[in-house]
Amino acid sequence: MEKFTVLNGLVAPLDRANVDTDQIIPKQYLASIKRTGFAGGLFADWRKDPGFVLNQPRYKGAQILLARKNFGCGSSREHAPWALIDYGFRSVIAPSYADIFFNNSYKNGLLPVVLTEAEVDRLFHECNAFPGFRLVIDLERQSVASTDGALVMRFEIDPFRKYCLVNGLDEIGLTLRHADKIREFEARRKAQYPWYF
Amino acid sequence: MPQTLYDKLWNSHVVHVEPDGTALLYIDRHLVHEVTSAQAYEGLRAAGRKPWRVESVVATADHNTPTTHWEEGLAGVRDPFAKLQIETLDANIRQFGAKVYFPYLDRQQGIVHVIGPEQGATLPGMTVVCGDSHTSTHGAFACLAHGIGTSEVEHVLATQCLVTKKMKNLRINVEGPLGRGVTAKDIVLAIIGRIGTAGATGYAIEFAGAAIRSLSMEGRMTVCNMAIEAGARAGMVAVDEVTIEYLRGRKFAPSGALWDQAVAYWRTLVSDPGAKFDREVPINAREIKPHVTWGTSPEMVVTVDDAVPDPDRENDAQRREAMERALSYMGLKPRTPITDIAIDKVFIGSCTNSRIEDLRAAAAVVRGRRVASNVKLALVVPGSGLVKQQAEREGLDRIFRDAGFEWREPGCSMCLGMNPDRLSAGERCASTSNRNFEGRQGPGGRTHLVSPVMAAAAAIAGHFVDIRRWS
Repeated sequence: MEKFTVLNGLVAPLDRANVDTDQIIPKQYLASIKRTGFAGGLFADWRKDPGFVLNQPRYKGAQILLARKNFGCGSSREHAPWALIDYGFRSVIAPSYADIFFNNSYKNGLLPVVLTEAEVDRLFHECNAFPGFRLVIDLERQSVASTDGALVMRFEIDPFRKYCLVNGLDEIGLTLRHADKIREFEARRKAQYPWYF
Repeated sequence: MPQTLYDKLWNSHVVHVEPDGTALLYIDRHLVHEVTSAQAYEGLRAAGRKPWRVESVVATADHNTPTTHWEEGLAGVRDPFAKLQIETLDANIRQFGAKVYFPYLDRQQGIVHVIGPEQGATLPGMTVVCGDSHTSTHGAFACLAHGIGTSEVEHVLATQCLVTKKMKNLRINVEGPLGRGVTAKDIVLAIIGRIGTAGATGYAIEFAGAAIRSLSMEGRMTVCNMAIEAGARAGMVAVDEVTIEYLRGRKFAPSGALWDQAVAYWRTLVSDPGAKFDREVPINAREIKPHVTWGTSPEMVVTVDDAVPDPDRENDAQRREAMERALSYMGLKPRTPITDIAIDKVFIGSCTNSRIEDLRAAAAVVRGRRVASNVKLALVVPGSGLVKQQAEREGLDRIFRDAGFEWREPGCSMCLGMNPDRLSAGERCASTSNRNFEGRQGPGGRTHLVSPVMAAAAAIAGHFVDIRRWS
């Protein structure tokens, strides 16, 4: 997994609440057995509208998606973060996320930043007002800032997730450091509740 | 200290905890299907890893499988990508193994969330995961059942553990008797309507109360299935006699002395008196009526005797805009009575409502009647091969066919439209499935979520009707 440290990226605003993963990547694009190649499917139905945010030249090359509450609800498809990453996004900023999407994002090096509704509102305002609006996301410092440093917002993140992202760690490898513990647990469980095995 | 059911399930599976609360949770049952597993197996191969415990895996192909042309074998799968996913699952299970595999065309194949319970492969006290958000279904058996992403599928295959944090406890108490024509589906739609599509994000829901107790296991599965539509990764119901009787004699359930031991343990899988919940929501079952969604999120739902809401009466600008967009997508005018909405297609199926009880209830409504002439297609897709065989033994297939329904082979089918069963743009469907998102059942398709009896009645009438007035 690619490390995530500091991202200085163009911001694309998607001003809708409850964006579900069926919209992020419609099912007709799930028919692959690979993890890449999903960029074309990203918001495919909405991109048919010429006015859709990702069709506007000013947001070409955006790496940060600004979104509203409950982003990524619905289906567990990991194709949603895969498509966002494939398209070029490295981070989403929203007031809240659906749990499964939130988890899936971390596993792929896509940082889901949580800010308050008021902060997100402010960013939508800035983004609409200033073409070329960029943000600097510093994961180590847990901050989102305008490029001139005039605007700085702090965000929270689980220390373990941060550690994995900053170091680009393979989570399976990390878990397998506890292989003995897992084996012990399993042996105990099997002795106590043999019908599960 | 008194514990909730969720606390007990959590505590009995924690292998290791990081200082920040991130835990390794041991996984008992891993359900695998063709659409979210290929990349996980590929990852295992690339890293030279093996599954930790093959015996935990139950696999089937269900998401993209056609419900027709089974007589042609694999050649009946016209979509080359779907075929590749089905063949890839076959190859992966051949290479890595499983406790049991129900491949495409097998007589016991079916929707992963239908076959787990009916095979007795889902047992109380288990942790269950699957690369599908509707894994919450299995919580009906007092399991801790999560939907997971593909990276997590790979992680569970390789380590038998899920990296996760404990959720908060939410209990939804549905008290009182259910009225005539009101089903498990209406209970859960009423709950989602009340708390919203993100209302339970970050929580594990325990569904409790007399109305939940009164449900069959099929009904409890319907309720838990849609916990995710309220934002909760896991929903659950405590063990009682109904749970135990359902499991007795199932293929992978324990038997003999082990059965007695297991039952003694399972009976402890209830929330202790005085257990603390972070939040409780009371719902009066007497007030629940048949529900119909009108918009593009399951929270956009009203009762059948109501009308399409008017965005002009919504004060919140963001909500108003979402309503307007939904109405435009759905082709509906504000204040239209729900029973005036005519439909083009009917879908009875999905992991929410494709079990034998659902089919019996729908068949009782259509018996001796005909599908309305404006309904282009009325589909019944049983949840599994076993459900289909049972229904045929009871003659339900004849009742549906005689009424003009198509009787199909099992699978996820038009719930997500990855196979050929889809809505065309602009088509309006009464569907027993779980999501009414834009394009969910086909690009441009318009989905109204309802119970099986409401879908059946709509098929006959050609528009929504209040099943409470059906005779």
